[in-house]
Amino acid sequence: MEVRNLICINCPMGCPLEVTLDGGEVVSVTGNTCPRGAEYGRKEVTNPTRIVTSSVLVAHALNGEKTVSCKTRTDIPKGRIFDVVKALKGITVEAPVHIGDVILPDAAGTGVPVVATKEIL
Amino acid sequence: MYDVVIVGAGVTGCAVARYLSRYEVKALVLERGDDVCVGTSKANSAIVHAGYDAENGSLMAKYNVEGSRMMEPLSKELDFAYDRCGSLVVCLSEKDLPRLWALYENGVKNGVEDLRVIGRAELLDMEPNISPDAVAALWAPTGAIVCPFGLTIALAENAAVNGTEFRLNTEVTGIRRENGYYVAETNQGPVEARAVVNAAGVYADEIHNMVSEKKIRITPRKGEYLLLDHATEGYVKHTVFQLPGVLGKGVLVSPTVHGNTLVGPTALDIEDKEAVNTTADGLQDVIAKSGLALRDIPLRQVITSFAGLRAHEASHEFILGEVSDAPGFFDCAGIESPGLSSAPAIGLHMSDLVAEKLGLAMKQDFKAERKGILDAKKLSAEERNELIRKEPAYGQIICRCESVSEGEIIDAIRRPLGARNLDAVKRRVRAGMGRCQAGFCSPRVIEILARELGIPESEITKNGGDSKYIVGTAKDRI
Amino acid sequence: MEKYNIVIIGGGPAGLAAASAAYDEGERSILILERDKELGGILNQCIHNGFGLHTFKEELTGPEYAKRFSDQVAEKKIEYRLNTMVMDISPDRMVTAMNRTDGLFTVQAGAVILAMGCRERSRGALNIPGYRPAGIYSAGTAQRLVNIEGYMPGREVVILGSGDIGLIMARRMTLEGAKVKVVAELMPYSGGLKRNIVQCLDDYGIPLKLSHTVVDIQGKDRVTGVTIAEVDSSNKPVPGTEEFYSCDTLLLSVGLLPENELSKTAGVALSRITNGPTVNEQLETSVDGIFACGNVLHVHDLVDYVSEEAAMAGRNAARFVREGRISDRSRELPIHVEGGPRYTVPCTIDPARIPEQLTVRFRVGSVMKNRYVSVYLDGERVLRRRRQIMAPGEMEELVFKKSMFEAHPDLQNITIRVEEA
Repeated sequence: MEVRNLICINCPMGCPLEVTLDGGEVVSVTGNTCPRGAEYGRKEVTNPTRIVTSSVLVAHALNGEKTVSCKTRTDIPKGRIFDVVKALKGITVEAPVHIGDVILPDAAGTGVPVVATKEIL
Repeated sequence: MYDVVIVGAGVTGCAVARYLSRYEVKALVLERGDDVCVGTSKANSAIVHAGYDAENGSLMAKYNVEGSRMMEPLSKELDFAYDRCGSLVVCLSEKDLPRLWALYENGVKNGVEDLRVIGRAELLDMEPNISPDAVAALWAPTGAIVCPFGLTIALAENAAVNGTEFRLNTEVTGIRRENGYYVAETNQGPVEARAVVNAAGVYADEIHNMVSEKKIRITPRKGEYLLLDHATEGYVKHTVFQLPGVLGKGVLVSPTVHGNTLVGPTALDIEDKEAVNTTADGLQDVIAKSGLALRDIPLRQVITSFAGLRAHEASHEFILGEVSDAPGFFDCAGIESPGLSSAPAIGLHMSDLVAEKLGLAMKQDFKAERKGILDAKKLSAEERNELIRKEPAYGQIICRCESVSEGEIIDAIRRPLGARNLDAVKRRVRAGMGRCQAGFCSPRVIEILARELGIPESEITKNGGDSKYIVGTAKDRI
Repeated sequence: MEKYNIVIIGGGPAGLAAASAAYDEGERSILILERDKELGGILNQCIHNGFGLHTFKEELTGPEYAKRFSDQVAEKKIEYRLNTMVMDISPDRMVTAMNRTDGLFTVQAGAVILAMGCRERSRGALNIPGYRPAGIYSAGTAQRLVNIEGYMPGREVVILGSGDIGLIMARRMTLEGAKVKVVAELMPYSGGLKRNIVQCLDDYGIPLKLSHTVVDIQGKDRVTGVTIAEVDSSNKPVPGTEEFYSCDTLLLSVGLLPENELSKTAGVALSRITNGPTVNEQLETSVDGIFACGNVLHVHDLVDYVSEEAAMAGRNAARFVREGRISDRSRELPIHVEGGPRYTVPCTIDPARIPEQLTVRFRVGSVMKNRYVSVYLDGERVLRRRRQIMAPGEMEELVFKKSMFEAHPDLQNITIRVEEA
């Protein structure tokens, strides 16, 4: 049996989690205050993931904005964070852009799209 | 071939340039910085001393008293901030009273008007936060405060308008005499002139020693200061010095012309002429000494600290005039306190000396007046609205802390010898001078500078040289 | 002169939520004055995720969270003016502002809601010795440069202060290609949220040095390095512990200060602890009809709580406009704190005016483990909540219920006490 102590990053409460593993299998998660915490604990020791946020250049914005912020629509494997950011290098999108517009359909082969998080007219 | 080359665009060099521009002259000012007023002139006590301090009979005494008298009319002529708030030298022990009277007598001999020794009651009335230890003070109603940037920039702009050339980012690396004239080698190529004025501040010894066998040595004397938010306005109403005495040498606490409170300086002789860094010991020293003459100094409201280097010469005296073994080479060296106060007088007399040497005639169309950057805050609501209707940029506040509009920043950039970097804008209109210390406004000021100068934002610096504010674009190295 | 029933100073998260809630309370004459070129305030540059779990039950980025509220303002057709700087607020609620098109103008407000937010503490306020070269930025300025302007402020970075913006920027700079060498924190604990230590520092192997500070800044034109030293229990650097880090950038994340310069022009009394106005249970300041919410009142960790607090200020301002004076000042009782909390918001309560539920927020002065937080009314404990851990970096809250007060008709004393569990 192996015990891993984590801080849940789902919300600002930052619950201290204790995840018990047996041969790579999660046996139990304790210390969480909500089901998302248990889910985070399980994932963090088996396949940790993160949402990646960044910004890319935008062209022809009416109010002169230079960039539009974006994120991976869902979490991606933690080990792929830098690949995703690299995939955003050199991208310029045309205004107008709306929240949720796809900027990159498949970020670095993760199967997850990168979408705009700001409206730029 | 220039008639005159002035080395250094600090307050002394700019004052000489301005008064020299009254003559028909081809003059050039060489400045190694990216703006005028970037050495000793930008980091000092911003005081116009009344003139009681300098030893009677010295050049310091003569020029200080004369400079102090010239400053107020000059501030009107050239439109820079000046306030004759008066100064107090506070005596903290009865044992020190003879020294206070000696100072008074020295001042009277120097010709300082209206000096008076006042007792505790009157002192307390003038400065309610005075220390309980204060027993008396020397009251000098002619003491004043000035904006040192405002003064230097006004002198420079007026000199430029009257035909003086300025070359910035130009450092003098050598001077030699050739066929009766001087050749100044610079990082931008050689410059020839019939006369040279050395106003190089802490480097005045190096410039002097290039042409003279009678070597001088300038020691940088570091002074560290704390600047308090203008929310502290009114904490002191006059410049408060402490009489050096049994409790040691204090620091001054003074209002500034912009309503801040200035505390300092320390005095430490150093070797490095570039060491304008503050130190933990220095700042601690300022804090410790600030409480000698005054109580409850609002040190919680410090917004920045800085250090300046005074150009100290061993004899503690101005070195002014033509160098005996270098005809046509004029020194303004050892210009430490009261250098700022003396600048107009030094400018006037040095320019006359140079003019006499070169046989220059007075200019017929000298423009003595200069209009400063409009301070929109001082306008009435009607005037301000009229201005905004004509120039909408005056309706857009860029620096929130000091309430500086885009219109004022544009003016600072477009006028003669206009601002080319963030600090230059700050010295002219105070954008970034406030409590947030440019956190909010610097990206906006960079945008305006880049637009007005027609260069990319990435080229904008804090204060010239390699002081770039932005080093690249996001993701450019991944 | 223009007249509006409610004038809101600031169109960030607090101002938008206040406006929306005032509208829902029935008020239609509302004007928001915003100094930036868009609504949303600082959220526009907070492009990371983690906002809105509390309010919307989903994880949003800053711009997305802001859009939810600016959409509400648009749907309700609430008026706002952008690029408009408020210059003065008088005690009788005359608001003087300025912009390019209207010039300098004055609005008479029935009620004013202060929602100006906060600013970052600068280097000067800390007396950090050294040179003053380019390359020293507050974390928020760097955030704007990277996220909004698309620029790199530097390549090799040292961060002083472990406030949330500093932690977030450690990750942002790393992802955009910079090397973040270390985060130094003066206090023996972090000033930011635990989750940010994990996902912004630990994820990227960035060391956090607690009880450390910057003792020297090198570089004449641009930063060339900083020296960090350990501090003792009185926060004084310990000689011999200095360590030099070569870098071209120093980011400061050393605290946020409510921006109350305008509040002062209105004569609003400020707390020396929060630097924000002292408010009653209506979130009304010491000046009648001037309310405050969000980071101008006290610095929050979570925008969700800003929205909640601001909505309350908006509702109360609308009621003030409708009903006039809503609390009798003489009956306002101060909330006393003992054993840990440094302040409370609100700081006074009129028991007769307490709503069904009133959230009281506070921060403790040091890290405290395994405590009870109790509320005493005239010495009788009416509420007790257990806390595993409380830290200055994390705001605490208690919900006061009207029913607690009904049993104490002649209440004299309200105390929040932190006790050993």
